[in-house]
Amino acid sequence: MSALAAPAPLRDPQARSRATALVAAVIVLWPLALLAEFRPWALFAAEPWRVMGGFLAGFWPPAHGPEFLGLLLTATLETLAIATAGIALAFALGAPLAMATTQALSVSRLGPGPGRAWREALRWALRLVQTVLRGVPELVWALVFVRVLGLGPAAAVLALALTYGGMLAKVYAEILESSDTRPARALLEAGSGRLAALGHGLLPGAAQELVSYTVYRWECAVRASVVMGFVGAGGLGQLMDQSMKMLNGGEASSILLVFLALVLLADAVSAALRKLLA
Amino acid sequence: MSFRLDAAGLVHPNGQRALRRIALAAAAGERLAIVGPSGAGKTTLLRLLGAALRPTEGRVEVLGANPWQLGAGELKRLRARIGVVHQAPPIPPRLRVVTAVLAGRLGQWSAAKALASLLYPADLSGARDALARLDLADRLFDRCDRLSGGQLQRVGIARVLYQAPALMLADEPVSALDPTLADAAVGALVAQSEASGATLVASLHAVDLALKWFPRLVGLRGGEVVFDLPAAEVTTALLHELYAVEGAVLPTQGNDPAALDRLRPVASKVVPLNRPGCR
Repeated sequence: MSALAAPAPLRDPQARSRATALVAAVIVLWPLALLAEFRPWALFAAEPWRVMGGFLAGFWPPAHGPEFLGLLLTATLETLAIATAGIALAFALGAPLAMATTQALSVSRLGPGPGRAWREALRWALRLVQTVLRGVPELVWALVFVRVLGLGPAAAVLALALTYGGMLAKVYAEILESSDTRPARALLEAGSGRLAALGHGLLPGAAQELVSYTVYRWECAVRASVVMGFVGAGGLGQLMDQSMKMLNGGEASSILLVFLALVLLADAVSAALRKLLA
Repeated sequence: MSFRLDAAGLVHPNGQRALRRIALAAAAGERLAIVGPSGAGKTTLLRLLGAALRPTEGRVEVLGANPWQLGAGELKRLRARIGVVHQAPPIPPRLRVVTAVLAGRLGQWSAAKALASLLYPADLSGARDALARLDLADRLFDRCDRLSGGQLQRVGIARVLYQAPALMLADEPVSALDPTLADAAVGALVAQSEASGATLVASLHAVDLALKWFPRLVGLRGGEVVFDLPAAEVTTALLHELYAVEGAVLPTQGNDPAALDRLRPVASKVVPLNRPGCR
């Protein structure tokens, strides 16, 4: 009798799809590496290092004349002001957008309830708005606003508000969706409003991550405001632009040290806030 | 009429059928226990009654309205009058006990009051009173991640007591409690129902607890109502058939078979058992 034939050997049913994904990834990534001229072995040639060494030698010692330090302080404060104002406006734009688009606060999903289709359409449209906002690099927005508002920090602030508003909206919505959504869902099922469900059901679990991401975005805004300084939006970037054009490596390295200090500051603020919310 | 299900059925989006042709109705203030083996559809049935799931067949009427014919605002107000004790308390660990209990009335509060209550609890004495009925008043300002599983489950019950809804739905509300605490917690829900006239529907794992506190038992198996009887007419034979464990032990508090000794083996027309707290 063949009824007692040996059972088929146990196989992980996911093995085939995993192998397929791996092969597909290599097929897609290899031409991209070629396009990006990704040739890491160039790093091991000696000649470029000598050139680089000469370039870097000009960076020492950091400039520390009182006049330059005064300029540096003003520019640092301006950069901090641009980044902070930009993030504040981005938050004002991104937080409501995130609340409107996140599935974690969808009332029409319960049931599903009334107006499901058009509410989904509204979510989709708002997500499109987010995509447009963050799809345009802040540098491009800055170039646009410099033409409207003239040279100065205001253009950088608006540029940050738009691009970062789109980013905050997207990531906030996703953080809320990947945290434990059952408390908020239970509250919505008990007739709670969306804002109340956000505060009582989602924020207690997600606040740490939301704050962490916001401070990280502030740190990015500091760096971005520097890049926008190159196109005339003021702050450390404008100072850096002038120093580089005058081939003054000492000034450039002082400015870089300030960047480093700002990033460390962002780290400290983030750690302190996370501890506060733990 | 508190609720009425007419030939209600539910098939999950993945094609799995949870409920079939459920006909069930209760008058305002009635107390029902739903018993049945795990996977029988008890949770799904409660979610239908809570206007959290839309039936795929048949009709649901809750507190005088068909929830799925209401507009968004009316549905929200209807849901605010339904309180649910979830089997796993849906309470974020970082929330304080007082805030978790006060969240019961978010459906009745304005958004401004709800947000302000996160900064300073809007009704300290109300939260304390609800917790006191479950012997938890001393944990008012503790964070929920400092509580044991059983304490957290009682916080979930206190939330519904504070909400004071017209229809209370409890899904295995005492699954994490020891027999003494479980008895007291079900007693608190029953007392709330008696005091406020709210309808109470509880799914319970322990048959003895259901028989002790509820005048009416609904047996559910495979998504269908197997029996719907006054507690006095529920027999061990019926229960054995329900749990399909003829001769084996029926689920009770602490799995103590002696808990069902008062139950008659077969139906008869003798005087109902004396069950404290029941009318």
